[in-house]
Amino acid sequence: MFNRSLKYLFACFLTVFLAGQALSATLNIHNGGDASSLDPHKVSGDWENRIVGDIFEGLVTEDRAAEPIPGQAESWTVSDDGLVYTFKLRDGISWTDGTPVTANDFVFAFQRLMNPETAANYAYLQYPIKNAQKINKGEIKDLNELGVKALDDKTLEITLEQPTPYFIGALTHYTAYPIPQHLVEAKGTDWVKIDNIATNGPYKPTEWVPGSHVTTARNDGYYDASNVKVDGAKFFTLEDHSAALKRYRAGEFDIMTEFPTDQYEWMKENLPGQPQVAPFAGLYYYVINSNRAPFDNADVRKALSMAVNREVIGPQVLGTGELPAYSWVPPGMANYKDPATVAWKDMPYGEKVAEAKRLLEGAGFDASNPLKLQLRYNTNENHKRIAVAVAAMWKPLGIEVELFNTETKVHYDELQQGILEIARAGWLADYNDADNFLNLLKSGVDYNYGRWSNPEFDALVDKANATTDTDARAALLKQAEQIALDETAAIPIYYYLARNVVSPKVKGFENNAFDIHRTRWLELVE
Amino acid sequence: MLNYAFKRLITTIPVVWIAITVCFFILRLAPGGPFDGERPLPEAVKRNLAAFYNLDKPLVEQYLIYVGNVLRGDLGPSFVTQDFTVAEQIAIGLPYTIIVGGLAFALAIIAGVLCGIFGALKRNQLPDFVLGGIILSGLVLPNFLLAPVFQLIFGLELNWLPVGGWGDGSIRYLILPVCVLALPHIARISRLMRGSMIEVLGTNFIRTARSKGLNDTPVVWRHALKPALTPVVSYLGPAAGYLLTGSLVVETIFGIPGIGRYFINAALNRDYGMVLGTVIFYMVLIIVLNLIVDVIYAWLDPRVRSQ
Repeated sequence: MFNRSLKYLFACFLTVFLAGQALSATLNIHNGGDASSLDPHKVSGDWENRIVGDIFEGLVTEDRAAEPIPGQAESWTVSDDGLVYTFKLRDGISWTDGTPVTANDFVFAFQRLMNPETAANYAYLQYPIKNAQKINKGEIKDLNELGVKALDDKTLEITLEQPTPYFIGALTHYTAYPIPQHLVEAKGTDWVKIDNIATNGPYKPTEWVPGSHVTTARNDGYYDASNVKVDGAKFFTLEDHSAALKRYRAGEFDIMTEFPTDQYEWMKENLPGQPQVAPFAGLYYYVINSNRAPFDNADVRKALSMAVNREVIGPQVLGTGELPAYSWVPPGMANYKDPATVAWKDMPYGEKVAEAKRLLEGAGFDASNPLKLQLRYNTNENHKRIAVAVAAMWKPLGIEVELFNTETKVHYDELQQGILEIARAGWLADYNDADNFLNLLKSGVDYNYGRWSNPEFDALVDKANATTDTDARAALLKQAEQIALDETAAIPIYYYLARNVVSPKVKGFENNAFDIHRTRWLELVE
Repeated sequence: MLNYAFKRLITTIPVVWIAITVCFFILRLAPGGPFDGERPLPEAVKRNLAAFYNLDKPLVEQYLIYVGNVLRGDLGPSFVTQDFTVAEQIAIGLPYTIIVGGLAFALAIIAGVLCGIFGALKRNQLPDFVLGGIILSGLVLPNFLLAPVFQLIFGLELNWLPVGGWGDGSIRYLILPVCVLALPHIARISRLMRGSMIEVLGTNFIRTARSKGLNDTPVVWRHALKPALTPVVSYLGPAAGYLLTGSLVVETIFGIPGIGRYFINAALNRDYGMVLGTVIFYMVLIIVLNLIVDVIYAWLDPRVRSQ
């Protein structure tokens, strides 16, 4: 009797064990947050991008290094004035339900994206398209006014408002993916349910358990399916990074898309070559309220910025070696070369502090009349560490800092209302262009939280964006950046790093500035 | 008995209504809204979102619409997870929470009662002290500490069990989360059980039983168990509630897609629909569980029935 149950138990374990083996061609990815939707117009997080970007594909897609390459379009031409793009779609592309992907699916998708009723978070990324912004803001009601036209089933023409050198790059973004018109018309908002959805990317979703995972399988109808090596992927929701690391160590995950920074040193020693840290096109910065005295005084802002010892923040405060930021645009953006930097970048730190002190005294602040300010950040261990470090760096200037933290929703709600003196913010590039960062400092832009405003800066950015010659455009943008830095429009602190942990089993993972690694380029080896 | 249960049910209706009302308005008082984030939305988009979720209507009207929908059994849409409604999300997550919570509940009762009886019979002897020590550590170690330690020991070092996840739902994946969830309740139940068992063993009717020549086994199981269980049973209602709501940490650390974590996530995301949905769901659940406990209590203790 006992023997029989033992045998049964053994059989059970064997079944589970064999089932585990059969799944091994599936890539297990620790994806972080829970996806809110699979609809490319409804998502906004990088964890959603990883899933949606595997199952859908736009006219242009990303290669291994996140550079734009032809996707659903096999080629395109640009008119001499840089305003009209004509895309030729590939032959034989289809949705996973067998319906062909046509130019009309793209027209439908772009109109749906801009339609205010869709309420797409990131619609503004495609504002370079003619009339896009006006439609999205409700100024034009007729969606057919949008500058996206199907000349025939295979030819799509997109007209822009003005020449935009980064437009092809912006088309890799999920806001530019096609949507199956036939399905949306038949099923309404239910088109995206896992039983209904049809996609056109290298993978198709097969299962979604909210709070646990999304599973995908190779789409055999994809034009490049013969080169897609991984059979499918499982994107796991797990926001506890320490728990995720344990599961990674137990072999339950092949890739982690974030890791607990306090265990970086341990990982470097015990999992050599697996933690990957690479420059990421993003900036961590402090906003200064330029409308409120004494921060309307450029000298006060400059003093605050100079006294931040950026060199110790990456290596010592965070421990992952983030690079110090002395520019507004992170290095390595396309068509931009080296960004402008603050004039005092190479000054020894002691002299910076002395100069900062002199500037503050000039503004009337000294030991008898100390500058008091409130530094806000959204509740997070790393933001707290940096805020504490910066407050300590400001202390020798006689500045009294009150640290104030709120949860993320409240933080940004209050920033938008202008309730701040100094506040933490960050920006990750949406598209590979310096304009994406400089736009944060333009007058009247919603996310210019500090409300810094400089007509000369605005004019230079506008002029640059109307310039077709890329070198001339870069020079104008750089001039604008220099003004913002000289005026200390905000305090850049460090450039973000992408943090991944990649198992030696995974081949083809290439670090890049956008931290985009489509499963199509990866391979699993034993 | 049925009459008693029905009366109890009726009195809960105003409780549910007050809780929904308070929760609805407190949520709206909290700063920040579901659509605030790192990147502000264009006005036209915000207006459309507000219209879709009725946020553009006066607060009282929103409240009436919401209560009306709840009465019709519709918990409404989630403000964050757009492909699933609140009811759908609860329906998907509930089986996971019930399986983990239910197993933990069963384990807590069985292990807790057995440990309690054992402790009572061996009271103030070495085995009682050892067991008491282990149980006390189960009570003082919080599950956010215990869970990672268990993962390290049983998942990584000994390699006996998966570190986390639901996998194929087999028992291997359940052992660690169920144990972590059950441990503090095993501790509480065994302490209650030990105390009440010691008390019952000292009463006259037990002395009578012993004087008839009965040994430990029939005394404990036939005579002492039922009366000694009453304090344990009164703890079971809250315990079931804790096990279902308190699964948040366990669900997060072990990556189990239950509904415990919606409680916190939804509040942080200002997902009004989801917060209210989970509050209503849990409230009804706890009320029902307490009702069941009251009924069991009446069955166990004749004095309750006669009142």
